[in-house]
Amino acid sequence: MYRQDEVKEASFFDTGEGLVFSYGPQHPGTGHFRLIVRVIGDTVLSAEPDPGFVHRGEEKLCEYKTWITNIPHLERPAILDAAGMLYPYCLAVEKLMGVEPPLRARYIRPIVAELNRIGSHFYYFALYGVFLGLTTPFMWAFGDREFVVDLVQFIGGQRITHSYFVPGGVRNDVPKRVPSGLVKQFRAWYRDATGRSPSSDELTDDFQKYVLRVMEFLDARLDHYWDLMLNNALFMDRTVNVGKLTAEEAAKLGVVGVTLRATGIKRDVRIDEPYDAYGEFKFDVPVRTEGDSYARAVVAFEEMRQSIRIITQAVEGLPDGPVKNKQHPVNIRVPAGEAIARAEAAHGESVYYVRSDGTDRPYRVRMLTASFRNLIVIPYLSRGAKLAEIPAIYWSQNVWPVEWDR
Amino acid sequence: MSESKIGYIVNELKQALGESIKEVKIDKKMTKITVEKDALVRAASVLKGLGFDHVKGVTGIDLIALKPPEDSFEVMYHAGSYSVQELANIIVTIATRIPRNNPEVPSLTSIWPSCEYHERETYEMFGIIFSGHPNLKRLLLPEWWSDAPPLRKDYRPPGR
Repeated sequence: MYRQDEVKEASFFDTGEGLVFSYGPQHPGTGHFRLIVRVIGDTVLSAEPDPGFVHRGEEKLCEYKTWITNIPHLERPAILDAAGMLYPYCLAVEKLMGVEPPLRARYIRPIVAELNRIGSHFYYFALYGVFLGLTTPFMWAFGDREFVVDLVQFIGGQRITHSYFVPGGVRNDVPKRVPSGLVKQFRAWYRDATGRSPSSDELTDDFQKYVLRVMEFLDARLDHYWDLMLNNALFMDRTVNVGKLTAEEAAKLGVVGVTLRATGIKRDVRIDEPYDAYGEFKFDVPVRTEGDSYARAVVAFEEMRQSIRIITQAVEGLPDGPVKNKQHPVNIRVPAGEAIARAEAAHGESVYYVRSDGTDRPYRVRMLTASFRNLIVIPYLSRGAKLAEIPAIYWSQNVWPVEWDR
Repeated sequence: MSESKIGYIVNELKQALGESIKEVKIDKKMTKITVEKDALVRAASVLKGLGFDHVKGVTGIDLIALKPPEDSFEVMYHAGSYSVQELANIIVTIATRIPRNNPEVPSLTSIWPSCEYHERETYEMFGIIFSGHPNLKRLLLPEWWSDAPPLRKDYRPPGR
């Protein structure tokens, strides 16, 4: 698809003496993958992605495991966003079974999904800094991410790979109380970030109150991130006008997530095709029009604020009732048929195609993960860029190599 | 609202393709239009003309293990739209069936550049050849892989 006339200014420098080298596969910041980069001087002539180092054969594995035992391995491609990986699978299987989860589960699932989104975006900022040689955000983001993964642990039992979603609801109810020792510690953190002390009534070991205070705490913390990273001249020097993508190019390449919304296209599955209780929440879809690496970071930053809004509304309006349909815990039967479902994962729109032949295991599960759809952008934007711009171009897409491989 | 929109899209496809449409399936689970292999490119250009500017993915399926078995592969393109707001909640799937002994379909990369990597993945996982693809080579499998394409149903992974 890369016609010669699209090769920006790179072809001008191409005298056939380019130097080819391997960028990776030893972990250029995250999971294993490599770019085969050809440069002349400091200008990139081509950058061909070579994923597959962490290929696990998830889709093949799905055909050997039952509908329920598929859940723990399906979340492995993006462990920091396990909810985003499981959500479309559960929605597709529910479509095939013709069931709807109970109302309470339809509120709990967005809470966990948004917690995972915040956690994943903290990860994004942590490594975005590391990629550009700014290591302080790594320490900050991993420190603040602890509060999020702690909450996921209280809800789902595990910090990251919680396997919490099942077709027809969630595995268990949210707890009523959180450990009081943690609340005691958190009080000091809350005071540091927001500048005020919560009264003994505002912050107790009650789950709902604790979550709401954590959300206020994170909201206050995000102001510091703005000053540290996004309003930082050094960060802007490395990202503004780097890897610019227009809206037409974005539509042509079919990109998703922050890469798409940074070009001005306002698309978010939570708004376009609301699933579970997302239709009930008030939130915005952040959009920028610049389309460069900086705009992508800003979109991700704004998304965290919106996730905080969603969690606050969901926790306040959490209805009572069961959290799971009555069904066999491990051996469900799914009627024959095929279904397609999608959800907005932290990395972008995630689409699953699921086909059943009426037995206890899937006939085919196709995972069209968000990162895989953004893979095409990296060689596209790297052409004609400077070698030192590759880290910003690569990581600003908010991609995850294991999601490419699956 | 989206139902009438889907009806309109299917009508347009029927007018353009006529007899080449073999099966139309519209329900809450998915919108799927199965066409003849020769009509795949035409179906894609009709959809593109209606505003479906990208594909969300390409899916291959080996139908040999179905009951009763069918000696063919199915290739699906899940198309979506970014440029038309009314189509935001619609995914249209166009599918075609090809014989297992001659797995070849025309590549749609000239219409939808976004399917480049999806077609490459389907090529290596099923051995389906997308004729006209600009860069049809392995993506995820190791370069020393010499066994059958792994997502075919007759490939048995060692130890299973």
